[in-house]
Amino acid sequence: MEKIIIAGFGGQGVLSLGQLIAYAAMYEGKEVTWLPSYGPEMRGGTANCSVVVDDKPVASPVIAVPDCLIAMNKPSLHKFENNVRPGGTVIVNSSLIEDKVARSDVNVRYIDANAIAHSVGNDKAASIVILGAYIKASGLFPEAVMLATIEKVFAAKPKFIPSNKDAFLAGFSA
Amino acid sequence: MSEKKLMKGNEAIAEAAVRGGCRYYFGYPITPQNEIPEYMSWRLPEVGGVFIQAESEISAINMVYGAAGAGGRSMTSSSSPGVSLKQEGISYICGAELPCVIINMVRGGPGLGGIQPAQSDYFQAVKGGGHGDYKMLVYGPATVQEAVDIVYGAFDKAEQYRLPVMILGDGMLGQIMEAVTLPEMRKPGDIKVPEWATVGTHTGADRKIINSLYIEPDVLEALNRTLYARYAAMSEAETMVEEYRVSDAEVIITAYGTVARIAKSTVDILRAAGVKAGLIRPITLYPFPSATYRAAAKKRSVKEFITVELSMGQMVEDVRLAVNGKKPVKFYGRSGGNVMTPEDIARFVTEGK
Amino acid sequence: MSVVYKKSKLLTDTPFHYCPGCAHGIAHKLVAETLEELGQEGNVIGIAPVGCAVFAYNYFNCDMQQAAHGRAPAVATGVKSVYPDKTVFAYQGDGDLASIGMAEIVHAAARGTNITVVFINNAIYGMTGGQMAPTTLEGQKSTTCVYGRKPEINGSPIKVAELLATLDGPSYIARCALDTVKNIRAAKAAVKKAFQNQLDGKGFSLVELLSSCPTNWHMSPLEAMKFVGGEMTKIYPLGVFKNID
Repeated sequence: MEKIIIAGFGGQGVLSLGQLIAYAAMYEGKEVTWLPSYGPEMRGGTANCSVVVDDKPVASPVIAVPDCLIAMNKPSLHKFENNVRPGGTVIVNSSLIEDKVARSDVNVRYIDANAIAHSVGNDKAASIVILGAYIKASGLFPEAVMLATIEKVFAAKPKFIPSNKDAFLAGFSA
Repeated sequence: MSEKKLMKGNEAIAEAAVRGGCRYYFGYPITPQNEIPEYMSWRLPEVGGVFIQAESEISAINMVYGAAGAGGRSMTSSSSPGVSLKQEGISYICGAELPCVIINMVRGGPGLGGIQPAQSDYFQAVKGGGHGDYKMLVYGPATVQEAVDIVYGAFDKAEQYRLPVMILGDGMLGQIMEAVTLPEMRKPGDIKVPEWATVGTHTGADRKIINSLYIEPDVLEALNRTLYARYAAMSEAETMVEEYRVSDAEVIITAYGTVARIAKSTVDILRAAGVKAGLIRPITLYPFPSATYRAAAKKRSVKEFITVELSMGQMVEDVRLAVNGKKPVKFYGRSGGNVMTPEDIARFVTEGK
Repeated sequence: MSVVYKKSKLLTDTPFHYCPGCAHGIAHKLVAETLEELGQEGNVIGIAPVGCAVFAYNYFNCDMQQAAHGRAPAVATGVKSVYPDKTVFAYQGDGDLASIGMAEIVHAAARGTNITVVFINNAIYGMTGGQMAPTTLEGQKSTTCVYGRKPEINGSPIKVAELLATLDGPSYIARCALDTVKNIRAAKAAVKKAFQNQLDGKGFSLVELLSSCPTNWHMSPLEAMKFVGGEMTKIYPLGVFKNID
């Protein structure tokens, strides 16, 4: 079982990032839940979603102790970092978060997502860069599964497929 | 079998209703169920159905009354404050013995309350809500797939028992995305227009009248006895409950809907820590699976029941009625839209707080 | 022997329960005759209100639904959704339509829903025993305004036909009175127009019929009819307020 909390500002692609993981899980024949925060806070405030991937049907979609936290902004890091399971992973979007994770019992990856997204020519794909870094750190799916998922999910907007794949791969090798 | 699709609870429920034969939807916007009217607004015209955004929840439920009385498979959805407004219409629908499906994606109350998940409309759903002696068939699905399967069959049940079927969900069930297998679209020919429907063609002695007014006390009493006989038959045939790791359990946790999923994780956490916990999850909230609780209460191994809800304690009263003093029944709840974690429930079980 | 008058086939044989001098019976007759003349026998669903006409489902010889107080236009909308080719009408009084059901009638009219509404305005709550209606005249006494309706306390009478005629949705809005033979003939023509519009798919139509309530007005039937033609038409002028071709 893998329990992931993805948090950031509304508009940072937090919910879509979680959905991509959920789609990949479904395509891989896994059980999955994607539970978003919802309401007025979505408009410019903080947004988060909880994703649970398992081999058996998911019981609780609510996560108290995540295996991984993906923090896209500073308030999200401070809100959730102490909840991460010892030995778990924290992915920090260092483009927007200058703080360091205070804990020593978790694996931390600092990803300059905005700069990496810019370098591959897709400024809007910072969350996809982060996704690449997360898949690398967690080994949840092979990278080919995520690339195929990006193709399927963006099938209706094919012009976005190459740049999102580039962003994913850049994050994966960051 | 068709391919799995990742769908939001609200959208999956809407699609399941369409596939189950729903062709008439009347509603009014309210968070957190807006995906249902939004989906229906484009989906129903695709299949020759009708979507109307009513001027109020009151009007919406009365449009359901009219369409259901005319024999159309009709549905409305709302969330707590809106469902309060529908209560008048629900009472009339029950009095007139009309079938329909009502979705309540419950949010915190009382009053305008909040928009986050809650289960504080349990009493309203299972004990009446509107005036008069009546019941609905009330389901509390825990997963999107279960909600899909229940909604798909809900119109058949509503027509069989001539009453509203209510799906009592919450904001979580509406907003969560899960992989679902959607059932086949029902063929129009498989759905018969009920013989009592006002289709407009009847005159004289054949006239059909949809009505809930019975001025003669004996006639009204006879109607109520008929309804209650129907509810009794429904209790025999339709009660649904899931038991999880109950056989040797000493602590029975009980919850419904999404909270039951959280509690299921609690059972696993407690079992791993050596506590013999189990879960009873009512799937029908009315009829309530009292017999399952009675049987568990009789077992020597069972020490206590703990009811967990997103309310200040509503279903716990039905649990206490069923357990009938044989064993202690404790309550753990969160309110206002706050949701407990599996660990929160585990702490309550082991530490009592 | 020749037949000079026959009860409409769209009325049942159930005797009306209405009081002597009440115009509901006349209004029922106009609706039933119109439906018969338009060949609608076996093609009609009617909606009965809450109020004196609550038992209308016993009188009209067609499929009927009885609606909650004020909700007849919403119920009619639901029925019409299922059977757009059937003739659907709502029969409502002034408490039902102009008070508790104001939202439902305004929005059915605004949507232009292709139904016909027959609106009985007798300026009083009849069924519940003579309480003030939204259409009660200024100074008129009722059991809840025993000194007469005072605008500063109770507001002024609501003119439903004029109000609904401001909307773009309706195709036909008229007000008639049921007090004299001449006015009743005019009312029949208006009711017929309102149903013909539905058959022609023109959209929402409403006919307001000024009616009598001798029992709760504490008048003889004759005095009541004179009140309709005298006092009521001063506040509620007769005429066609909207007519879209």
